[in-house]
Amino acid sequence: MNAPVFIAGMGAISAIGNNLSECLNALENQQAGMGEMAYLHSVHSKTLPVAEVKLSNDALSEQLGLSKIISRTAMLSMVAAKEALENAAIAALSNFRTGFISANTVGGMDRTEQFFNAFLPDHKKGKLRDVVHHECGYISELAADYLGIRDYVTTISTACSSSANSVFYGARLIRNNILDVVVAGGTDALTKFTLNGFNTLMILDQDPCKPFDENRKGLNLGEGAGYVVMVSEKVAAVLKKAPFCKLSGYCNANDAYHQTASSPDGTGSYLAMKGALDRAGLLPEAIDYINLHGTGTQNNDIAEGTAIKRLFGPVYPKMSSTKSFTGHTLGASGGLEAVFSVLALRENIIYPNLRLQTPMKELPFVPETLLLKDVSVKNVLSNSFGFGGNCSSLIFSKI
Amino acid sequence: MKLYIRATGNISPQKTFGHPGLLAEIVEHSGNRLYCVEPDYKAFIDVKQIRRMSRIIKMGVAAAMECLQEAGVEVPDAIVTGTAYGCLEDTGIFLSKMVEQQEELLAPTAFIQSTHNTVGAQIALMLHCNGYNNVFVHRGFSFESALLDAMLLLKEGEAANVLVGGLDETTDTSHAILSRFGLYKKEPVSNLNLLAQSTKGTIAGEGAAFFLLASQPTANDFAVLEALTTFYKPANIQETEQHIASFLSGQSIVSSEIDLLITGRNGDMEEDKVYSKLEQSVFDKVPTVNYKPLCGEYPTSSAFALWLASNIIQSGSLPPSLEHTGNVPGKIKRILIYNHFQNTHHSLLLISAC
Repeated sequence: MNAPVFIAGMGAISAIGNNLSECLNALENQQAGMGEMAYLHSVHSKTLPVAEVKLSNDALSEQLGLSKIISRTAMLSMVAAKEALENAAIAALSNFRTGFISANTVGGMDRTEQFFNAFLPDHKKGKLRDVVHHECGYISELAADYLGIRDYVTTISTACSSSANSVFYGARLIRNNILDVVVAGGTDALTKFTLNGFNTLMILDQDPCKPFDENRKGLNLGEGAGYVVMVSEKVAAVLKKAPFCKLSGYCNANDAYHQTASSPDGTGSYLAMKGALDRAGLLPEAIDYINLHGTGTQNNDIAEGTAIKRLFGPVYPKMSSTKSFTGHTLGASGGLEAVFSVLALRENIIYPNLRLQTPMKELPFVPETLLLKDVSVKNVLSNSFGFGGNCSSLIFSKI
Repeated sequence: MKLYIRATGNISPQKTFGHPGLLAEIVEHSGNRLYCVEPDYKAFIDVKQIRRMSRIIKMGVAAAMECLQEAGVEVPDAIVTGTAYGCLEDTGIFLSKMVEQQEELLAPTAFIQSTHNTVGAQIALMLHCNGYNNVFVHRGFSFESALLDAMLLLKEGEAANVLVGGLDETTDTSHAILSRFGLYKKEPVSNLNLLAQSTKGTIAGEGAAFFLLASQPTANDFAVLEALTTFYKPANIQETEQHIASFLSGQSIVSSEIDLLITGRNGDMEEDKVYSKLEQSVFDKVPTVNYKPLCGEYPTSSAFALWLASNIIQSGSLPPSLEHTGNVPGKIKRILIYNHFQNTHHSLLLISAC
């Protein structure tokens, strides 16, 4: 049950890049991805900035060699998961039991919205091809079929922590000797449904978000997909290159406080981080970098910050929220930030937390505001906390 | 490692809630949509909360609470749910208002309750359960994935007991859309003669079934959950047969040692061919019961099948109301559930007497 699980590959697409190297380049050059909507059609296009992937649906479909346009959520998933598998370059993958564990929050909602325009006035209208992939699981199957993965396919949806849980679950399937190779992560495209949903909660910033700033006004929604390829010791031994790192810790806990708000003391966040440290057998001081959940909402940042204070004080690791680059990609965020965490380990860098001007009064620490290079990064903690109190933390460690 | 089904809670199109006697009478539904027989929720949920909750949330929470009460467990170590469709009613409300009102003047409640983790989160909230909480949303594998997660948690020693459930609802909107895909029977139909018609389509079902799964036995357990496997998109019937054969050999049993097979026959002449073929081969001479005339077809219906199997094992015999084929032994000690959803998601569940 405690066999190591190695990270052998990764892939990403987000508002700051269409692949791993573009994302890394943007992170190093402080280039955020928010702006005015180019592809999402909403009445809020002038007021609410979003972090869109800079490719149209036509371009994504063409890049993937598909004969038609399918849900953007599925196409983003395919791009990143394919890159992750290619990055892992596992020879004779078919010899191994391989699984695809994905995550998303609203499935093919981007197309369902179009269907509803025609369907609502007349239930006989609306093109069925627009609604056929509505279910979350269908999105994963489109990607699994595209990748040729069939041994195990499933989907997790726990709001904003969805894809941290898919990484976590994938690792356990390896440790329990059910699978040898797992492609795990998540995807979400921007939809009007989520944009309007978050807007009704009044937690969207009308300017680029400012995570962990005293004057933060909310989050920006983003889109993208991020996947890691995890392998067992047996598979790692036959890889042509050494794995990047291992997944050493993980924990899932529930805040059990409110359907959408975090408890003031961040109980769920604390339990998730503490549990992940215990699982990894690490003390808090062993963590070199925390990739914060850091959405930029009043509620998240104080709850997460309070939990960090309780667990890590008085000496704090470096930390930052990469949502200041990518926006909050919801079901993709855990996967995307897992990739960024592994990149931080590989490159020995720590990303800046953009637009942080006034540190939060309540907190005794300040996230990094500038890129740090050539620092020793051995253990990275990645946080994903969400609606429904679902909190998960992952720890990636150098081998 | 043996895992024990300590308690169940089930809201379904049959009278299953509150354990009124196992299928003492079978509820007949006319038409191609089965509705759950819903209880008075006041015994389980605060009245103020009931008003805010959609049907699937109420059904899920009540089934979970009944299960925990029966188990004598106040707060489980973990909560894992499986739902393919999630909270369709709230999703439909928010989506419709958004389209009709052109994204203006929307209220947050339906959006908040539309996320797939709503039911699992509500249960955690009501119980103040800070433990592991996960939600699987993978079509015909949603419940099976949740069950596997629960089984792993117990095997890993991460939990001593896990509340695990499978739930899905039908709404007017989802039924209208799924009907256009040709999933349901077009001619008049009763669930009682669902399998007698050789026509296309099935009947829509729904339900919420929860289980308290534990690593240690008690005197009141329903059954032992021996093993579970799933396979995705088998290329042909031979591959399906291979999966079933290797599952049985992995459990060191042969088909003649299965006292009862519960299959997912749903009345669709094409989809049911799979079961008929297997009854000529790997399931030859195994006594059989079909569960979907009771609950209809939906992606997490295998949770209903597990409820049925658990209760049959506990009583040791089939309820007289339930039709079967073959010779059922005097005491039913081992049941295999085999279901496929749209010939894409196949699952096998083996349970036995304690």
